[in-house]
Amino acid sequence: MNSIILLSVLGLGNLFLGFRRSNRLLLPIMMLILGLVLTVNFLDWNTGAVQLIRFPMLTTDNFSVAFTGIIVLTALLLVPFSQRYVLDEEANLAEYYSLLLFSLVGAIMLVSYNHLLMLFLGIETLSIAMYVLAGSDKRNLRSNEAALKYFLMGAFFTGILLFGMALVYGATGTFELNQISFAVQNPVNASLRPMLYIGMLLMLIGMSFKVGAAPFHFWTPDVYEGTPTFFTAFMSTVVKVAGIAALLKLLVQVFPAASAQGVWLPTLTAICVLTLLIGNVGAVVQTSLKRMLAYSSISHAGYLLIALVAYNGALEGPSANAVLFYSLAYSVATVAAFGVLKLVADARQREDYNGLNGLAKTNPLLAFCLTVSMLSLAGIPLTGGFFGKFFVFAAAVENGYIGLVIFALLMSMVSIYYYLRPIIAMYMRDADDDTAAAVPVSTFQSGALLLLALLTVLLGVLPGLVAGVL
Amino acid sequence: MDQNIPQVIQTVPLEYYVFFAATLFSIGVLGVLTRRNAIIIFMCVELMLNAVNVLLTAFSAFRADPNGQVFVFFIMAVAAAEVAVGLAIIVMIYRNLQSTDVNLLNRLKF
Repeated sequence: MNSIILLSVLGLGNLFLGFRRSNRLLLPIMMLILGLVLTVNFLDWNTGAVQLIRFPMLTTDNFSVAFTGIIVLTALLLVPFSQRYVLDEEANLAEYYSLLLFSLVGAIMLVSYNHLLMLFLGIETLSIAMYVLAGSDKRNLRSNEAALKYFLMGAFFTGILLFGMALVYGATGTFELNQISFAVQNPVNASLRPMLYIGMLLMLIGMSFKVGAAPFHFWTPDVYEGTPTFFTAFMSTVVKVAGIAALLKLLVQVFPAASAQGVWLPTLTAICVLTLLIGNVGAVVQTSLKRMLAYSSISHAGYLLIALVAYNGALEGPSANAVLFYSLAYSVATVAAFGVLKLVADARQREDYNGLNGLAKTNPLLAFCLTVSMLSLAGIPLTGGFFGKFFVFAAAVENGYIGLVIFALLMSMVSIYYYLRPIIAMYMRDADDDTAAAVPVSTFQSGALLLLALLTVLLGVLPGLVAGVL
Repeated sequence: MDQNIPQVIQTVPLEYYVFFAATLFSIGVLGVLTRRNAIIIFMCVELMLNAVNVLLTAFSAFRADPNGQVFVFFIMAVAAAEVAVGLAIIVMIYRNLQSTDVNLLNRLKF
């Protein structure tokens, strides 16, 4: 709760800094704000569920505090890579930062909502800011196209989500999560069941779009590729994690009744299998690192959905823990990957694998950090990604989804192929004329990259630090 | 008079509102899927949102529960914010391409 208020106020204040001629102060101020919000957020840890009296639309509990922590930490570690905008005369840095802060407010609403209205407002607060940021490179037609596609598709699926909410409201007469689940479990009027099920499915479709799950993933590669890399990293971490947490909350708190599961679970399982397949197979055939990362983010949504399929009926427990751990490991590794990609792409003006040729010789640090993050995304032991996958699969096996786990294991073997390609380009290929020069990296950025690599390894060596917190 | 509005709404059976809203929503969905002009697509999205508003208002009146109607106000406000951003994006594209046809936007391909 406090983090929402703080982010909104500081985001507004940040806008006024845009009047200054110089952008140099903005980056440290942004990092200070995010650090402050992170600290304030963890003050709410273990204080029990806090709600405003007579206004129980948002709940602050350990679940929301943990996910808010991941979201804000991701943003904090990502911000140093925006440093090029500080020197760019055309970039409106204060506005970019404020929009990022506002979209963080939306993400926090998504992980702590207790009322469908807050779910809707959270999604829109998050999305509207991202529509603007996707098109922030105004003269670039690819950025324009990404913004338009993201906007039209996003608004369309928001409409579908809202129609689902309206039908659920019609069938149950309330928007509050626990009251909906009460109404679902106690069928007063059985004739309203079809309406409820259609509403649930439409809401599931709307949410799958937001997390980029197949078959509603088609916008992801195009939008991720066209959006400026810094904001793509934000989209594929913060937006995805918030969306998955919101979906988990919806699933666990709203529709736990056995009869509702009969509609919901087969659909979710089908979406999960399809997402894993399309994400991994799609990533194999890419030649651009950025597009590969877009498909990889689809496939990771699939792994996270496995934990959602195998949820055990409470916001605490193995499933929620698996989602939390996986989200953290995924976010950390993805931020590092996009960070390196942004630095390399800015210096060399190319985003394909060959742009990385010889990076191990020119920039050993960048090559090392990208290697660690790729290994983590592939799920190699001693990295966070390994334990993320381990916890997810363990939760699924515990609940009897062995076939799903075997399929996911096969898919993660496929993923090793495309995650190794950048590593081969960096270490085994020699630099050509384009890629002979070293990529300039500031101290801030190398610090952030080292921290990200350290976190990834730490999560892989001592998973107990985060594993059992929920 | 004001208190009578729910009664006035209730003179039409609830099913009619549901069918009307579902039809309106389907027209919106079809428009989004078939039209190629960004502004028309955008108008179809608005149609979908308004179908939701009709549905929420009807349910709210029939259940004598104000929550649904309050939700409608939030949808309207958010839709207005979306219009502002969406039209800005369309204007930005028009400046670069002199057109709002979504088929011209094919630079991002696999």
